[in-house]
Amino acid sequence: MTGAATDDARRAAELAARASYGRLVAYLARRWRDVGAAEDALGDAFVAALATWPRDGVPEKPEAWLLAAARRRLLDGARHATVQTRALPTIHAMVDEAQGAASSEAVFPDERLALLFVCAHPAIDEGMRTPLMLQTVLGLDAARIAAAFVVPAVTMGQRLVRVKTKIRDAGIRFEVPEPRELPVRLGPVLEAIYAAYGSGWDDVAGADTRRRGLAEEAIWLGRLVARLVPDEPEAHGLLAPMLHCEARRGARRDPAGGYVPLSEQDATRWSWPTIEEAERILLAASRAGKPGRFQLEAAVQSAHAQRGITGRTDWAAIVLLYGGLIGIAPTVGATVARAAALAEAEGPERGLAALDAVLADATADYQPFWALRAHLLGRLGRGDEAASAYARAIELAADRAVRAFLAEKEKALWPG
Amino acid sequence: MKYTILIYGTPIELGARTDQRRQPTYWGAYRAYTEALKAAGIMTGGSGLQPPSVATTLRQRDGKRQVQDGPYAETKEQLGGYYEIDVADLDTALDWAARCPAAATGAVEVRPNLVM
Repeated sequence: MTGAATDDARRAAELAARASYGRLVAYLARRWRDVGAAEDALGDAFVAALATWPRDGVPEKPEAWLLAAARRRLLDGARHATVQTRALPTIHAMVDEAQGAASSEAVFPDERLALLFVCAHPAIDEGMRTPLMLQTVLGLDAARIAAAFVVPAVTMGQRLVRVKTKIRDAGIRFEVPEPRELPVRLGPVLEAIYAAYGSGWDDVAGADTRRRGLAEEAIWLGRLVARLVPDEPEAHGLLAPMLHCEARRGARRDPAGGYVPLSEQDATRWSWPTIEEAERILLAASRAGKPGRFQLEAAVQSAHAQRGITGRTDWAAIVLLYGGLIGIAPTVGATVARAAALAEAEGPERGLAALDAVLADATADYQPFWALRAHLLGRLGRGDEAASAYARAIELAADRAVRAFLAEKEKALWPG
Repeated sequence: MKYTILIYGTPIELGARTDQRRQPTYWGAYRAYTEALKAAGIMTGGSGLQPPSVATTLRQRDGKRQVQDGPYAETKEQLGGYYEIDVADLDTALDWAARCPAAATGAVEVRPNLVM
């Protein structure tokens, strides 16, 4: 076994993993009705590949080899365990398919859409939908997912096992929903992907490489869903706001690493090709005449991007867009953002009044609420109140650059 | 797969069973639901339960029997009955559970049965 053969084997296995991991898991999980068992079997198949490919050469169709190896492990596992009777017809079907696929040129079907719908099924705990997608469709390990969600790795690992057990034991249906139900069921899928993007957002500088990577993964998932559900405008709409935010990544920090708020960013440092792609996507989606949460989010981002062309921001339009967004998807984030836009369009008193209307327990730990509140109180000359709001905002800010920025603003409350 | 649909209601909701004004609607709704389950050929068991006020809770500890008047759970919503159905998957069970009259007024819990 030469070093070169081992390297070739490892490279081929990595390529197969990068290109096909999610497709392989989805196919096995749907046939076996058990996501956890499919992942384990596929993991074993990759280990076997690394052991045998250096010796026997990389197979002509690596994915077919991995699939066959994983299937064998699932069937062997079933023989040794108590197999629930409902799985037996599935096992026989798999054996037939296995024999068929081995001899034909056919590529195995892409069941990732069904897997995404399973991950976002109503019976799955909302907080676990994103982690589940990241693990099963993208193959991220539990530790990396845990870091992004600021949860201990062991805890995340246990929660993932528990949710996959539920999928199997409660008999969650492993199908793409009927056309009638699809728009309603699609919402949670899109929200879970958007949440993945959000979890990678704060780490702009990429100091924590694990969190920064999630933004790329979320966009990858967004592109996948848009490809798999091309007739749903919201599936396309999801990509647009994510791309707008990606376009501005390079402008969020100044050369010294200091935080730069959106309104002060140098628009020449935005990626205009990315913005143009986002705009094309939004335009195409809006032609369907079925507005939704993500198209509205995209429209807000589009309004912000206009500053790079016209030199000004249409705050009144942004207030209206957030109003529409709150109408269909009321979130604390949208409410606070609307208050910020209102302050710009109609003055700090109006913005502050909008903040006052929000429930206290919804905002107690919500950093943007306190940062905005402090800013508006400062503009109104209410120094003491502004100072205590800044203190709270700084306390809640995870990013050092944001904390430094807020501290400077607090200092500026007391001139001289 | 067999699932048990557990029906929960507040004392006011369950009180409809014996309230002369609300009785006809209450039992009419449950009769219709039970008929629908049977017509679909999926009902494998079930029963209404008498109110929590006639429940008795029992524990056996250190060879001694401990008997208490009342239901196990001291919650506002109490178990009122259950259905057992045999359907293809959870989604189907949820669709049927949604049609249970208690879903609109109280809550229903859907639990897969243990496979022995």
